[in-house]
Amino acid sequence: MLDASEGYTTEDGRKIGGVVMEMKNITLRFGGVVAIKEISFDIREGEIRAIIGPNGAGKSSMLNVISGFYLPQEGEVWFRGERRPQMKPFEVARQGIARTFQNIALFEGMSVLDNVMTGRLNHMKSGLFAQALWKGRAEAEESANRKVVENVIDFLEIQHIRKTPVSRLPYGLKKRVELARALAAQPKLLLLDEPMAGMNVEEKEDMSRFILDVNDEFGTTIALIEHDMGVVMDLSDRVVVMDYGRKIGDGTPDEVRGNQEVIDAYLGVSHD
Amino acid sequence: MAQTQSGTGGLQSLPALLHRNATEFGSSPAYREKEYGIWQCWSWAETEAEIEALALGLINLGVNEGDFVAIIGRNRPYLYWSMVAVQMVGAVPVPLYQDAVAEEMAYVLGHCGARFVIVSDQEQVDKVIEVQDQLHQMEHVLYLDPRGLRKYDHHTLHQFSHVQEQGRAAREEWFTDLQARRDRLTYDSTCVMLYTSGTTGKPKGVVLSNRNVIESARNSAEFDHLTRNEDILSYLPMAWVGDFIFSIGQAYWCGFCVNCPESADTMMTDLREIGPTYFFAPPRVFEGQLTNVMIRMEDASPLKQRMFHHFMAHAKKVGGRILDGRQVGAWDRVKYALGNLLVYGPLKDTLGYGRIRVGYTAGEAIGPEIFEFYRSLGINLKQLYGQTEATVFITVQPDGEVRADTVGVPAPDVEIRIADNGEIFYRSPGTFVEYYKNPESTASTKDEEGWVATGDAGFFEEDSGHLRIIDRAKDVGKMADGAMFAPKYVENKLKFYPDILEAVVFGNNRDRCVAFINIDLSAVGNWAERNNIAYASYQELAGHPRVLASIQEHVEAVNASVAEDPMLSGCQVHRFVVLHKELDADDGEMTRTRKVRRRIVEEKFADIIDALYDGSEKISTVTEVTYEDGRKGSIKATLEIRDAKVVPVTPQQVAAE
Repeated sequence: MLDASEGYTTEDGRKIGGVVMEMKNITLRFGGVVAIKEISFDIREGEIRAIIGPNGAGKSSMLNVISGFYLPQEGEVWFRGERRPQMKPFEVARQGIARTFQNIALFEGMSVLDNVMTGRLNHMKSGLFAQALWKGRAEAEESANRKVVENVIDFLEIQHIRKTPVSRLPYGLKKRVELARALAAQPKLLLLDEPMAGMNVEEKEDMSRFILDVNDEFGTTIALIEHDMGVVMDLSDRVVVMDYGRKIGDGTPDEVRGNQEVIDAYLGVSHD
Repeated sequence: MAQTQSGTGGLQSLPALLHRNATEFGSSPAYREKEYGIWQCWSWAETEAEIEALALGLINLGVNEGDFVAIIGRNRPYLYWSMVAVQMVGAVPVPLYQDAVAEEMAYVLGHCGARFVIVSDQEQVDKVIEVQDQLHQMEHVLYLDPRGLRKYDHHTLHQFSHVQEQGRAAREEWFTDLQARRDRLTYDSTCVMLYTSGTTGKPKGVVLSNRNVIESARNSAEFDHLTRNEDILSYLPMAWVGDFIFSIGQAYWCGFCVNCPESADTMMTDLREIGPTYFFAPPRVFEGQLTNVMIRMEDASPLKQRMFHHFMAHAKKVGGRILDGRQVGAWDRVKYALGNLLVYGPLKDTLGYGRIRVGYTAGEAIGPEIFEFYRSLGINLKQLYGQTEATVFITVQPDGEVRADTVGVPAPDVEIRIADNGEIFYRSPGTFVEYYKNPESTASTKDEEGWVATGDAGFFEEDSGHLRIIDRAKDVGKMADGAMFAPKYVENKLKFYPDILEAVVFGNNRDRCVAFINIDLSAVGNWAERNNIAYASYQELAGHPRVLASIQEHVEAVNASVAEDPMLSGCQVHRFVVLHKELDADDGEMTRTRKVRRRIVEEKFADIIDALYDGSEKISTVTEVTYEDGRKGSIKATLEIRDAKVVPVTPQQVAAE
């Protein structure tokens, strides 16, 4: 069903392109603990790719490998046709990968606007002094960056909290601000670590809509980890299922849903 | 200015006014909208170009003269332009409430037979698509915000800006046609059709002509000396007649600037940034702001708190008098000026009222304290009384004659007559043409001479000539001794106390009045917390002796104030009970818009009403309740019935009226 080199067309008619990122036989160990064992999968241009699995399956470790935060002991990460060497997180960000965190990592004392502006960091070239003095290129640069940020603010409908310090916001909105910061970087690949964790139904619906809209509007490729099976199945085009560091399933939501191993992992196996 | 002369000088439609504005002061701002954090601005000349492009685009799409075009969305310049563009091509704009559910929309769209719909975004498009099957006449949908709509079938779906582009491209072909259509508009062409929300039955389409809108806009603008230098913030629903008159009628007549907020949530920030000179808000906006101020003052430093309270007390004493231009001592004026520098000025600026010249509130009764608070700060807040059928204005308060309990004198060119049963009738240039496709309702509301029944009961005060609204005419009854019974009048007075959420007064055909009272859980709960009163449930708090005592004080205070009114002194509350449950829409006791359904409450709590009249001191009752998930249960309670002091009055005085 999936052609190895070419893209495919989703049920709702979106064209998915070629492979953007490929994981080849990734193994990640922490001392004697094997967090990820020989996992391979790919992420294609324009798709929403989910990684699911029970607690401790190694999902977050996988995301950290993708984001370059962890360097796997074995295996290769290919991004845009090139094998990725060991990189610092900021170098990964410059490559066009942005992420959000499971436990919100925002600057609590700063306003929403300033937080989102930090997402533009890689696009600011002028020096510290030029920025402080607000002269010459710095001025034009900040205006241009602010424009991008304002578009994101408008997109995620957070105009009303633009000037509010993040510490005063409820959880659901903080999650949205984090997404805004990631979007401000105009990433090619967006990584979302449990974007719905701890949200109520309404907030989950909003977030789902934003994720779909981001994908649709900007064509951003999205890889996400999520607990909530219902949400994952509705949102994603293809799903990787992990359990105890192994990949036990990979395919469209329907295929994964019918996979006996996945059912066992989620519902438990009877031992008789 | 040109518009102060009598008559409208050939300006008999909105497009004509637009053209005048674009020619006479084309570079003045006509619209502002905050988008991407910046106030975007369009001058009158730019506005005319935008509207013309849209009008040409509409003709290009096939809009015919006499078609109805529905407009749905939040206040945005583009949608205001749509209204005028639609009129320019000889069609009729029909703004709809954007929060209406799909079925309500289906009714209205079907009733007017709209062939075209202009909406704001995906949410509205989805609703329209949902009901499209039921509507055979609907052909095209235009939308503003393309977000999320990329994958939709675009055969009959068009982006607003694309329609404008097509219009610009087809200018050569259609411009003479557009000119001809524009020239055919007369003073009696339909300007707009507005559906009244209707508490009973289906919504009715009120047809307003150019005459209605322009005459009303002119009269009211002259009444308040509005100029083209005003700034207003448009945030109230576009489907409401008030917004149509303020943001289109008066704005086009005077040529002032309409400012649209960034989103509904940013309204308060945008209000402050714009600092409107002319402002309209329902009482709840003013209440909300006042509560905010008071809560934030609690957190201020002791010095600031003392300063605030000291000067606010002074403002209460003289602020309203200064505003009304009455005699105030020199020392008091100096002190008020100092207060203005230290407290009132900064406070008004924070609220966004720093530049306000005229402010209006209407829709429901405003608490006298709230009203006085704003007036004492020097904000010229006034009340008006109106309805869609009158193109808003029936009565207004002139500067210097403003009071919390009246709604003012007849607006310019409005005649008012009070029927024998107290119902208010009016006749004015703003009187609506008809209810669309509903001759029976038109006939029962408007007689041949043009008098329109408001459905409200009221009377003119003899000394001031101001109108006072008592109640809905159908709720006004008679007591056993023939005195007038107006429950809403008393209930509103009770509800002005923050700890009373709802009150229902009974007494029709009885010898005296009794009342049900609902406490406001947040206000009373707050009070209980501060006074170390422990309670486990709403029921327990509602039955607490100290709560009952304070409610009793309120009831007695209301009785004293009701007694001052010779006509309504019979409506004093003799006995009351604080109910053990909140009246709730889920139990059918209220409408979804939180209006009490008297009849149902009366039936459901008949045992309590009997107890109120038979003199018993306690009543044990069982009430069925519906939980949010639809399950039913019942609560048992023993309620204490309290007697309230009444002020003795002689009924003869009343009978004389």
